[in-house]
Amino acid sequence: MPSAASPELSTAVQQVFANPRRSLRGTRAREVIIYFCLILCACFSILITVSILGVLAKETWNFFQDEDVTLANFLGSTKWNPTLGSQHSFGIWALVSGTMLITVIAMAIALPLGLISAIYLSEYAPTRVRDILKPVLEILAGIPTVVYGFFALMTITPMLQRVLSEVNVFNALGAGIAVGILCFPTVCSLSEDALRAVPRSLREAAYGLGGTRFDVAIKVVLPAALSGIISAFLLAVARAIGETMIVALAAGSRPHVTIDPREDVQTMTGYMVQMATGDISNYDVEYYSLYAVAFTLFVLTLTLTMIGNIVRKRFREKYE
Amino acid sequence: MTNRALPFIVSSRTGLLPKLAAIGLCCSLWGCNGTDSTAGKNTGAAGSGSAPASDAADLEKFEVNTELQGKVLVDGSSTVFPISEAAASEFAKRYPNVNIPVGSSGTGNGFERFITGQIEVSDASRPIKQDEFLKAKEAGVDFVEVPVAYDGLTIVVHKANTWVDQLTVDELKKIFTEQGMAKNWSDVRAGWPENPIQIFAPGTASGTFDYFKEVVAGKEGELRSDMSTSEDDNVLVTGVSGSPHSIGFFGVAYFEANSDKLKAVPIVNPKTSSAVMPTPANIESGEYSPFSRPLFIYVAASKMGRPDVKRFVQFYVEHAATLAQQTGYVALPQEIYDRALKNIKAKATGTHYLTAEGEKRSGSVMDVFQDANRTSF
Repeated sequence: MPSAASPELSTAVQQVFANPRRSLRGTRAREVIIYFCLILCACFSILITVSILGVLAKETWNFFQDEDVTLANFLGSTKWNPTLGSQHSFGIWALVSGTMLITVIAMAIALPLGLISAIYLSEYAPTRVRDILKPVLEILAGIPTVVYGFFALMTITPMLQRVLSEVNVFNALGAGIAVGILCFPTVCSLSEDALRAVPRSLREAAYGLGGTRFDVAIKVVLPAALSGIISAFLLAVARAIGETMIVALAAGSRPHVTIDPREDVQTMTGYMVQMATGDISNYDVEYYSLYAVAFTLFVLTLTLTMIGNIVRKRFREKYE
Repeated sequence: MTNRALPFIVSSRTGLLPKLAAIGLCCSLWGCNGTDSTAGKNTGAAGSGSAPASDAADLEKFEVNTELQGKVLVDGSSTVFPISEAAASEFAKRYPNVNIPVGSSGTGNGFERFITGQIEVSDASRPIKQDEFLKAKEAGVDFVEVPVAYDGLTIVVHKANTWVDQLTVDELKKIFTEQGMAKNWSDVRAGWPENPIQIFAPGTASGTFDYFKEVVAGKEGELRSDMSTSEDDNVLVTGVSGSPHSIGFFGVAYFEANSDKLKAVPIVNPKTSSAVMPTPANIESGEYSPFSRPLFIYVAASKMGRPDVKRFVQFYVEHAATLAQQTGYVALPQEIYDRALKNIKAKATGTHYLTAEGEKRSGSVMDVFQDANRTSF
């Protein structure tokens, strides 16, 4: 801090401390109040999380109290038909498999594309190119997901139908690709940050040993930044699992277990949208099933975050 | 949201963008209505499309009344939605200060909101059920039952479907019920292609679903559980028009509006054994059986003292024939509208479709919708 550069600031600071009315008790009291205000703000996020969890857990409990529902059916069945048919079945795997299919497709696009772009931006791109590419990526990240959903339904799917045979109008592939495009800027931007954070001395040492640009990027910088890159990947996976609007518009509404990406699937989030927008009579078992699905979604994302933390610790490289 | 209406929304390709455009257009037209009555003429022409000139002329002449104020909430069947929307929008031209938002959350949900007193008018694509009637009785929500149009529940396939020439009720059973569970088209009739059938159906809370289920699966049976369902008929249109091996069903208006993208299947009349298309003439004569059905609105009797509700409902019934035709449905005989109007004026409450013992009455509207059949509480 160049202290001499701002005489106004230093006089302002002096004025504060020279205030003749400052009493020790007043200052202490104020410090305590500020301290508690800050704690309160920090606790707000915990409060929200806990209350959401509480509601989820309570309503999920209600769901399992219904005579039609058993835990064995919920965790052991692949049939999810809460409203149709004579035998209602609540097998969560039908919805989980839809979510997984979409996530795998999305990640197959977002991860390689994002990582390669990040390596290019961080290691190869001239400054001028980066100055153009970075804002474009940020624009991509700012597009509302409903636009992506419409794009998947009206543009990606017709293109797929021209290339592949037997592609449904609502299909996992189109929705998955759109989710992949959505996640791509996240992966790219976070990975690039991680790559650029690798100290310059490492690169210079590698060049000094006779490494080519590619050697340096892949064999030195990438492993050094691995922890950050894995964080980026996991964030993208979590985003894909929770993505709602795209799958609600473009993936379809038929919950079933399949690995064929040309078929229509329903994800956990997609089911919640469909049920929440009209089709449901309040306080029946279908209504509570919403919470059970939400709870499962929560557990899934939480597990992912925990794994992420463990992995990140294990791969962390310190260069201080 | 009153001016969201007009039948041509239904004729939009898949909904969203044209709908937005329509909202903008309607807003601008509605805005100049108060001062210039020729604006109504323009909107009427844009909305009608195929309606006969004499009927359209009937809707064009009106005076604007800005004194009547109020809000009439309408919700229920997505099948009746186009008619109610058209009625609300026409009414809003005459009474610009009455706000009439129309929802489409399904017949079952509509009745639920109706019975809890949240809405004034409930759209229904089937008559009230016994349990709903009992709940209404318990809650003390007395109502007037008004048939507004005929609908031919239309079974549709993809435009490029060359094999389905007609379907019998038995074949529909094979496709749609739990007992049938046909996987491929070849399971329905020998010689049809071995491609998996994809089914798009309205949501379980809709009257269309109930009606179809009762006709195809019977009172005890169930429809299969692996169908794609949506409350939004436009999603079903998108689904069927985008999948070559698909089949779906919804109200005839949604087919009429999308006939360039879909193919309606002639249904074999079980009595005459001849295949019948859901044309207006066939629906009105009852020839299109068993899928021709009346559509209703239910009006809360306790709210009919309010001038806004009363005038709206009267207006609705007086113009129901024209509105139904404009939106792709079939008008009921004038006699029925006259009886309904008489019931509204006399506040004659109750349903005609349940006996005093709670048994369901069925038959043509002319036979059932009579004073002698009315059951109230």
